[in-house]
Amino acid sequence: MNRSGTRDLIVGLFVLAGLAAIAYLSLSVGGLSFRQPGGLKLYADFDEIGGLKTRAQVVISGVKVGEISSITLDKDYRARVGLNLDAGLKLPVDTSASIFTAGLLGDRYISLQPGGEETLLKSGDQITFVESAVILERMIGKLIHNAGVDEEK
Amino acid sequence: MNLVRSLGTVTIGFVEELGRLAAFSAHMARCVITPPIRLRPFIEEVFKLGVLSLIIICVCGVAVGAVLGLQGYNTLVTFGATQSLGAVVGLSLVRELGPVLTALLATGRAGSATAAEIGTMVATEQLDGLRMMSVDPVHFVITPKALAMIVVMPLLSALFIVSGLFGGYLVGVHLMGVDPGSYMNSLQSAVDFSDDILGSLLKALVFGVLVGLIATYRGYKSEPTSAGVSAATTSTVVIASVSILIFDYFITALWGV
Repeated sequence: MNRSGTRDLIVGLFVLAGLAAIAYLSLSVGGLSFRQPGGLKLYADFDEIGGLKTRAQVVISGVKVGEISSITLDKDYRARVGLNLDAGLKLPVDTSASIFTAGLLGDRYISLQPGGEETLLKSGDQITFVESAVILERMIGKLIHNAGVDEEK
Repeated sequence: MNLVRSLGTVTIGFVEELGRLAAFSAHMARCVITPPIRLRPFIEEVFKLGVLSLIIICVCGVAVGAVLGLQGYNTLVTFGATQSLGAVVGLSLVRELGPVLTALLATGRAGSATAAEIGTMVATEQLDGLRMMSVDPVHFVITPKALAMIVVMPLLSALFIVSGLFGGYLVGVHLMGVDPGSYMNSLQSAVDFSDDILGSLLKALVFGVLVGLIATYRGYKSEPTSAGVSAATTSTVVIASVSILIFDYFITALWGV
């Protein structure tokens, strides 16, 4: 290989390394995915989602099985959360979804508890059993309010 | 009165300079699409500007990531939120530090060299020689340099960010004992493709255009003396650095990246 051939090879390697870095950032860090179809897509309506964000985790027994793909407001002013779950995951129709917080200040995530029914959820189905996010301020407010009522009695 | 007059002179000079830069850019844009395509000098320039900057970019990337990891850890540990270290390191690198520091490093490493090279060609009348042979020096010498800078900048910026993430991981996980899973997890959930990565690449591309244009323009218009070449090099570094930071603010303000 002559000198300019070697140089071309090095330049080619450099460009490949740069593109690989962009691909790593986009796919692994940025979460861009081209395999949109195929996964199990479900949605669930919540009264309160707290600080839940898209791309938050969906877990079963603490194991990550998917992520939040969309959050929209439906016509009844409830939060409609789209879940994008791993393909091949089999969930019964009486699966319930709850919003939890990782630690005191951590991120919100959704935890699924599979039920015992024989029939399975299909892509596009709704998870009917939901438990909304716990808002700390609201709970404290309720506690103070209740305490006040008790004293009056 | 004199003060107002000198203000007017400065303003007119600035606008004239801007106009000349625009005309120069338009000339260069025409050269890009006019055959013959100068592939060989372009590849040579990618080698000089990109491959030779690789080591400084990767070393600085790892160092900046490591510092971010250390600083972020020391701040977060007071809130007991060290599991968010990945988000701190990742977002700072992807949105700001990656493109900006890469552009500043490339200005110092490659932009100044480009300006000095073209300036020397002007001083030794090599460009006039080309003109005499009815070869357009902008087409033959300058366009490949600017184009290579534009192509190289996003690649270098991405490599800088990846090195930085590695440096942050090294310090955060191996030195400070943050859980590797929560580092990667907070990194991945904080950084979004369309919001952050695309914005980062856009910034790097804009900075590449800025540095490429300013370096070649200052070199091309330099005085044909040794003092002129040194002035061209200095003004390239100064103008490019300042405009990178100013453009960075406006890109962030307008597109929120």
